[in-house]
Amino acid sequence: MKIVVCVKQIPDPASPYKLDPENHFVVRPEDQVLDDTDRYGVEVALQLADEFGDEASVTLLSMSPGGSQQGIRQALAMGADGAILVEDAGLRGADALTTSRVLAAAAKRAAADLVITGTESTDGYTGVVPQQVAELMGVPSLTFARKVEHVDGKVRIERQTQAGYDVVEGSLPAVLSVTSGVVEPRYPTFKGIMAAKSKPVETLTAAELEVTPSSGQSIVSVESVPAREAGEVIEDDGEGHLKILAKLEEVKVV
Amino acid sequence: MKTWVFSTEADGGASSSALEALTKARSFGGDLVAIHVGAGSEPALNELGAHGAATVLHLSADVSAAAIAAAMAAACETEQPDLIIFGMGNLDRDVAGRLSARLGKPVLANAVDVTVDGDSVRVANEILGGTTKVVTQFTEGAPAITITRPKAFPAEPNGGDAPTVSTLHVPDVGHAGDVVVLSSHAESAEGPDLEAAAVVVSGGRGLGGAEKFEMIAELAGLVGGAVGATRAVVDAGWVPYSYQVGQTGKTVKPSVYLACGISGAMQHLVGMKDSTTIIAINKDPEAPIFGVADLGIVGDVHNVVPALIEALKAHGS
Repeated sequence: MKIVVCVKQIPDPASPYKLDPENHFVVRPEDQVLDDTDRYGVEVALQLADEFGDEASVTLLSMSPGGSQQGIRQALAMGADGAILVEDAGLRGADALTTSRVLAAAAKRAAADLVITGTESTDGYTGVVPQQVAELMGVPSLTFARKVEHVDGKVRIERQTQAGYDVVEGSLPAVLSVTSGVVEPRYPTFKGIMAAKSKPVETLTAAELEVTPSSGQSIVSVESVPAREAGEVIEDDGEGHLKILAKLEEVKVV
Repeated sequence: MKTWVFSTEADGGASSSALEALTKARSFGGDLVAIHVGAGSEPALNELGAHGAATVLHLSADVSAAAIAAAMAAACETEQPDLIIFGMGNLDRDVAGRLSARLGKPVLANAVDVTVDGDSVRVANEILGGTTKVVTQFTEGAPAITITRPKAFPAEPNGGDAPTVSTLHVPDVGHAGDVVVLSSHAESAEGPDLEAAAVVVSGGRGLGGAEKFEMIAELAGLVGGAVGATRAVVDAGWVPYSYQVGQTGKTVKPSVYLACGISGAMQHLVGMKDSTTIIAINKDPEAPIFGVADLGIVGDVHNVVPALIEALKAHGS
């Protein structure tokens, strides 16, 4: 049982993002972090691997045009067995479809039985990569999972819906996308952090995966949206609720 | 110009995203086709027609996303649509992604506007928490595939006739279609519909615990509002996903949005920043929510909200 988890390294969401004025790509600092939403996929993979026993392995897969590995090490420290890093300057600014081509080719090459992803990245949030990867691999997709179990060689999930949830089952190989909140991700132990330093990280280029980056789109303009006019901010002195009441009266809610 | 709009059946009608997209697409002129997945009830089909769809290509609800995408890709060859518009629903995103990969065409997601100029299709996005607007043009040729944000356009019927309905042929996609829905479960929220409510009262992590949502519900009840929540508290299991407001939840544009104990992460702001009046209560004076609030109270929700509830009760009696 080979589980491949797609993870993304992103600029720290706690610091403001900037766009490169030349090419309009998000400026990516050297020290990118693991996208927090990917920790859930890693945890699901580790739990499933435990259920499958000794034969199971968990491999991380990431496309990283910059070559930073800090975020990958964070996920390895959680307990993954190794990582595949697709490093290629030609993939800088790649769109979702190019990214999916790279991930699907690498997952196939690794003979993945199950590919696990988040629902969407925190920095780009296109939200179609899991489905594109599934289509390119020719496998079923179990998406928006808020609970995952393994039943008789199949994967069964609770899929988030507008009304509640559906119970959906699919056979392997498959792509599984999980929501944050699906499980409680473990924190790396000291031992895990030390072990992560010596875990195998294989690097590949787009050419080795026979993927030619293409974009199919071009940016026409980038402009600032007029900021919403800042309102009144006041310290609550025990009368704050009366200010709210007055505002609700002003807009005729009460 | 030939535009396709993806629709799913919900509560006996067509999806709101489809009606919004149809309304917008009428301004492009030309053919307007709805791809409708679900029961295909008469009210749903008529609704699509009333918003401008002359033709509906119908698929039943038990078809996998892979098979829907394959059916649409096959129809693309004969019908040659210029533009295909999806909403943010889960099935919308499943099919859009697969169709894009199948056709080798990009998807531009999170669109807040779509413009057509001759053969060129452009999509506007708001990125970096809505502070920056990017306009992108498709260069790969038809069809342009886009996913639009909820409420990016108003849904307005134009009194169109009942559409011509035909069933879309579903090809066998083999292993890729090997998914089965075993059961469906509703976790309905109480009170008014979150997406349509004139007032929304939302709670975030600052509330401290699931039990504190009772006071949010009480406050919402007093102002005739719906209850919303941030992703953090939905992930923590305090309230169901149906309460979630934000990028991965619902987009709301009420007259009044009252944010209680919400810091204002980008992912949340995207779903509520276009509310007419925003009122925020938060302990942290540096919280980003105050950047969009018309009235911000720097204080403890556990003091301010109960006091507000008492004041509203006194006001009403």
